[in-house]
Amino acid sequence: MKRTLAIFSLLFVATAGLSAPPPQDWIRTGTGLGVEKIRLAVPDFKLTSNDSQSQALTTTFNTTLWNDLQAAGIFDMVGKSFYPMAPPGAPQDVRLPDWNQPPPNANMLAFGNLGVQAGFLSMQGWLFDVKNAQSPQVLGKQYREEANEANARLIAHRFADEIIFRLGGGLPGIAETKIYFISNRSGHKEVWQMDYDGANQKQITHNGTIALSPHVSPDGTRIAYAGMTKDGWQIEMWSLELGRAVSFPRFNGTNQSPAWSSDGKTLAFASSWSGHSDLYAIDSSGGVPRRLTNDRGPDVSPSWNPKTNAQIAFVSGRTGLPQIYTMASDGTNVARVTDQGYAVSPSWSPNGQFLVFAWVRHYGPGAPGASDIYLMDVASKQWVQLTHDGGRNDFPSWAPDGRHIVYQSNRSGRTQLFMMLADGTQNKQLTTSGENTQPNWGNK
Amino acid sequence: MNFTRLKWVGLILALAAVLAVTACGKKKVATAPPSAPPPTPAPTATLTANPNTINAGQPSTLTWNTTNATDVSIDSLGQVGPSGTVQVVPTESTTYRLIAKNQSGTQEATARVTVNPPAAAPPPVQNEGDAQLFQQSMKDIFFEYDSYDITGQYTAVLQQDARFLQQHPSIKFTIEGHCDERGSTEYNLALGDNRAQATRNALVAMGISASRIKTISLGKEKPFCTESTEACWQQNRRAHFVYNQ
Repeated sequence: MKRTLAIFSLLFVATAGLSAPPPQDWIRTGTGLGVEKIRLAVPDFKLTSNDSQSQALTTTFNTTLWNDLQAAGIFDMVGKSFYPMAPPGAPQDVRLPDWNQPPPNANMLAFGNLGVQAGFLSMQGWLFDVKNAQSPQVLGKQYREEANEANARLIAHRFADEIIFRLGGGLPGIAETKIYFISNRSGHKEVWQMDYDGANQKQITHNGTIALSPHVSPDGTRIAYAGMTKDGWQIEMWSLELGRAVSFPRFNGTNQSPAWSSDGKTLAFASSWSGHSDLYAIDSSGGVPRRLTNDRGPDVSPSWNPKTNAQIAFVSGRTGLPQIYTMASDGTNVARVTDQGYAVSPSWSPNGQFLVFAWVRHYGPGAPGASDIYLMDVASKQWVQLTHDGGRNDFPSWAPDGRHIVYQSNRSGRTQLFMMLADGTQNKQLTTSGENTQPNWGNK
Repeated sequence: MNFTRLKWVGLILALAAVLAVTACGKKKVATAPPSAPPPTPAPTATLTANPNTINAGQPSTLTWNTTNATDVSIDSLGQVGPSGTVQVVPTESTTYRLIAKNQSGTQEATARVTVNPPAAAPPPVQNEGDAQLFQQSMKDIFFEYDSYDITGQYTAVLQQDARFLQQHPSIKFTIEGHCDERGSTEYNLALGDNRAQATRNALVAMGISASRIKTISLGKEKPFCTESTEACWQQNRRAHFVYNQ
């Protein structure tokens, strides 16, 4: 009796140990994010014309500019309550001590004016290094576009990207980029697009079947995706320039998960025409596929190293549950990257250094079973967990700046798209309507 | 050679007027005048069945020919004319025996029709019925998590399915591979493909022609059950059979 009790208590201790939360692993890391952030003040731009249209457009502009700079992840945005009463509309209005000393204690100040004249929206903007009294001006810009909401957003995005480019280590901003994804809100899974911040969501395909895994070409002119056709699953090609499907070779079996090389010349994809799902590479203009893998377990979800196009990360079930592997882009030098659990959906960072992927790290009975987004340094195989909020997080995709990641999560119920910084902070939900999945961040 | 051809021509002519000829023959027998005193040669007789192997419910054609006979009969058919053809639909393997007689003697000829064991299902059904029958008879098979191996009990299910398909050789169909909701969309699309192909390969190994079978993966796109429970997931890890028009 004593003995059984002892065994029971041992079991209890063991299970308690297993179910207790693991030691803190919220490691905060960054990809060029580690340095102290620049304190940036952005007072509302001054209105130079006084009609209701100008006021509406100025509000749109100010909101968009603020959100773009905040989302960039490299600024510590100085709260507006610390600003002087009269915001500057031009350089002569700026009194540096109002900005470079507490309470604002800003390093940088972005300001300017805009208004509508003769149907055109004109904007003048400056960026001042307010700690540099000798020559504070870093940037001066003027934009003029037809006066409408879309252009108010466009001008704000352009000015934000100029500031981010200057202060963000020369990496281009992402405020003008688009995200492609799958949504079922029309009743079928179709390819959609939106601005990086979730605005302007538009349906692209109207096939009425099932579309999956959209990937936009590096030059932003075409989308490759997997479509269910009368010939089974095929790689379909959509021209954004022509606004229609263009032909692409069809093969027997299930053809899916296309991935562009960063020079736009080659597509890697999975095909089961030989009897099991293997990876192939094909010229993006068509032609004959070259076989990259050949094993019984399913191989899917290729992602090129965009820095070199010499390596491809992918998912394989060759040893059981799917794991992440890398190989040379001719199929040689296969190396396993993850060592446990269920690891899928790799996306290779623009600088070639990191992989992000979805991982159920502790898999099996009694394990929590959440699928989270992880970031791994390819060379050292060291990883950090980026999402911690439970639910199923999947399909991470890098922004071209290498600082942002878009992914899908069902943490709020239905599956929606979220963007975050590559250190897991600043999560922002981008979609709300229907179910939205498989985001792919375009360069443009 | 010529003789064989003549024989075939005769057979075709006979086929063209199966019953008429038989009826006519009977009358002839009835009205045949008594033969003259000269001694009659012994009768000759042949009997063939075409085809000589059939499935239950299918017909076979018996063809016979006699010479000099005054009394011709076939077991189970009774008296017949000196030559003719008739369709028979035996339910089990049968040996047909023809007896040709005259004053000088008796001649026998036999033909055997082999009948393949009757199908559990009744004879061929109309096409509209096929779809319904398919749906009733073809049982889906289910898989373990992350697996596309067909295990013990489902091998037996698949054998039943194969028997049905053998009995309905004109039916064409699609195997859909399905997965549960866990895991990635892309990996599950490949897994569903593996399940559909494994099922097809097993059916082909059981003698079903690959040309009758299409496969498609539906991954986790069209679940049968939408709750997040193991019972529901089990329902969704399947190979599902769909009748093709």
